[in-house]
Amino acid sequence: MIQEPHATLRDSDPDVGLFTVLREDGSADPATDPKIPTPRLVLAYRHMRRLRQLDARMILLQRQGRVGFYGACTGQEAVPIATGLVARPDDWVFPALREQSVMLVRGFPLRQFVAQVFGNSGDVLKGRQMPSHPSGKQVHQVSWSSCIGPQIPQAVGAAWAMKQAKNEAVAFGFSGDGATSQPDFHAAMTFAAAFKAPVVIVCQNNHWSISVPTARQTASRTIAVKGRAYGIPSVRVDGNDLLAMHAVLERAADRARRGEGPTFVEALTYRIGAHSTSDDPTRYRTDAEVESWKKKDPVDRLARHLRKIGAIDDASEKQLDDELGAEIAEVIKAVEELPPPPRLSLFDDVYAEPTWNLREQRELLAAIPPAPSH
Amino acid sequence: MIEEMERDERVFLMGEEVGHYQGAYKVSEGMLEKFGERRVVDTPIAEGGFAGVGVGAAMVGLRPIIEFMTWNFSAVAFDQILNNAAKLRQMSGGQFNCPIVFRGPNASARQVGSQHSHAMEHFYATIPGVKVVAPAFVDDAKGLMKAAIRDDNPVLVMESETLYSLKGEIADDLDVVPMGKARLVREGADCTIVSYSRMTHVAVEAAAALEKEKISVEIVDLRSLRPLDEDAIVASVQKTHRCVVVHEGWPYGGVGAEVADRVQRLAFDWLEAPVLRVATLDVPMPYNAKLEQLCMPQPDRVIAAVKRVVNRGRGRG
Repeated sequence: MIQEPHATLRDSDPDVGLFTVLREDGSADPATDPKIPTPRLVLAYRHMRRLRQLDARMILLQRQGRVGFYGACTGQEAVPIATGLVARPDDWVFPALREQSVMLVRGFPLRQFVAQVFGNSGDVLKGRQMPSHPSGKQVHQVSWSSCIGPQIPQAVGAAWAMKQAKNEAVAFGFSGDGATSQPDFHAAMTFAAAFKAPVVIVCQNNHWSISVPTARQTASRTIAVKGRAYGIPSVRVDGNDLLAMHAVLERAADRARRGEGPTFVEALTYRIGAHSTSDDPTRYRTDAEVESWKKKDPVDRLARHLRKIGAIDDASEKQLDDELGAEIAEVIKAVEELPPPPRLSLFDDVYAEPTWNLREQRELLAAIPPAPSH
Repeated sequence: MIEEMERDERVFLMGEEVGHYQGAYKVSEGMLEKFGERRVVDTPIAEGGFAGVGVGAAMVGLRPIIEFMTWNFSAVAFDQILNNAAKLRQMSGGQFNCPIVFRGPNASARQVGSQHSHAMEHFYATIPGVKVVAPAFVDDAKGLMKAAIRDDNPVLVMESETLYSLKGEIADDLDVVPMGKARLVREGADCTIVSYSRMTHVAVEAAAALEKEKISVEIVDLRSLRPLDEDAIVASVQKTHRCVVVHEGWPYGGVGAEVADRVQRLAFDWLEAPVLRVATLDVPMPYNAKLEQLCMPQPDRVIAAVKRVVNRGRGRG
């Protein structure tokens, strides 16, 4: 009558096994190969390499005290880059911490992206959000919420609104493994299914919620399998495999566009670096574990594939590296020189229109002489 | 709500029991039949969920009205209001807005215990980025609701379960009652009572009793707590020289403290007595009817407070 919950789970179940395309030798498994055109794969590779370099530079800037905070996605690049390629211009992206770069793939200028990290006058957000919380309305991407989770029901709401508007747009909502313990995850899954919302909910399971391993987060055998109880088709996919991620996200988005409702995707990956610049992961995990995951690095795996099919070689790699390095260095140089946002801009955008109390506060501040640097 | 939904098809109502059950307090009676399930949306029991769904829908262009069965239950959705709705415009540098209304009955009802009796407006009125209104009369309830729905900011409408049965005339041509404007309910010479929502009715009762004792009370009904009509408050206190604030909710901090601050700062030279506050006693609300009534501001406590400030002024001659 009472049965061990994992007894009926099979490795062949899509929410228990692992959907993979890229094999160790760099070839695509013919059984699962989504046959993505080579130029698209080369583009994906360029974005992944750019992101890898950008993250490394931003971490360095933080260590040098030039920016206050940064959350890199090193080792997890395949998920945001695949999302950026699959998402159509009308789609909405509600990211968590590791998916900011989706907006770069969708055309958000690198210069404004970096200015958000500096939070100065080049920042679209006017220096109001901490680094790694960018948003860009023109590319339909909102900022993630530091509270972990609130963006998932919001993604469902946006998707539901798309459905009311009867357009084909879908919403992508992201979380990490830790956020699946939040009431917001439960609420989002519940609403997505009950409202049959055109949403793709993606959990990047990178194995660590700061210092808490997934095993302490949930006793469920996989995170994907949680989707069953909500009535949402769910799939566990190799999150370090660009081809697999692209295939799964595209299929999930197509389902949503056809009116078939939500899909839940667990992307299995690993956070190679620290949670953020405020974290030291050597205190809670072993080097051996990190090394074993480095062998499954998503950028290296795609590179191996592209070499195998003759799309890249040493010369093109060198050229790409140089180009990206120069682009990023130039952007940092230009952005770092920008002044802080004007003092009195503090009171803009709190309300749609200036209210009496803000006028009062504005007058108070205007009467104080500015600091020398401002 | 019906008029605004007819006026703007982006407006929809979402919450627990708003559709087939016609609203836990029948506020949305007939709306499902009129607008259908796409615009009058019954939800699972998850305030955090449907508040978040509403915020997401508002960010991409709809204009949700989110009903909390009572404002008490908004506590589990607080994050979506505090950390999301209130800040999205500012945090995004003005890129996004969140035209959303959160509404429901607030403060005490009758014998529903401490988890159903909170005056939540004090928590919310402190947040920049939201507006908070709390009407006392039927015409204001209609006019402020319309203003809230048309506003491009998140607006929190604090209703009152015990005022749902209130009847009154509404002018045929009543449209929007602007937010941030108080209502002079009663003119008087000796003391100003500042109140809102159900407490305005308690103030009216107290004022009638005080009139028999030749104490003339002016009543300023705030209607809107954020923004606050400080001009109306100050003008009244400059006339009466005394002020008593009456509201539900605990006496520590809150809307009453904000009013008292403004009065002492902006009308100090006119004051004949300290500003007093009559609030719910500083304990979780008990269930027992006698004890509950004791906790809530009643006319007798309002009368006592008014007499204190009036006599102090007179005593000093």
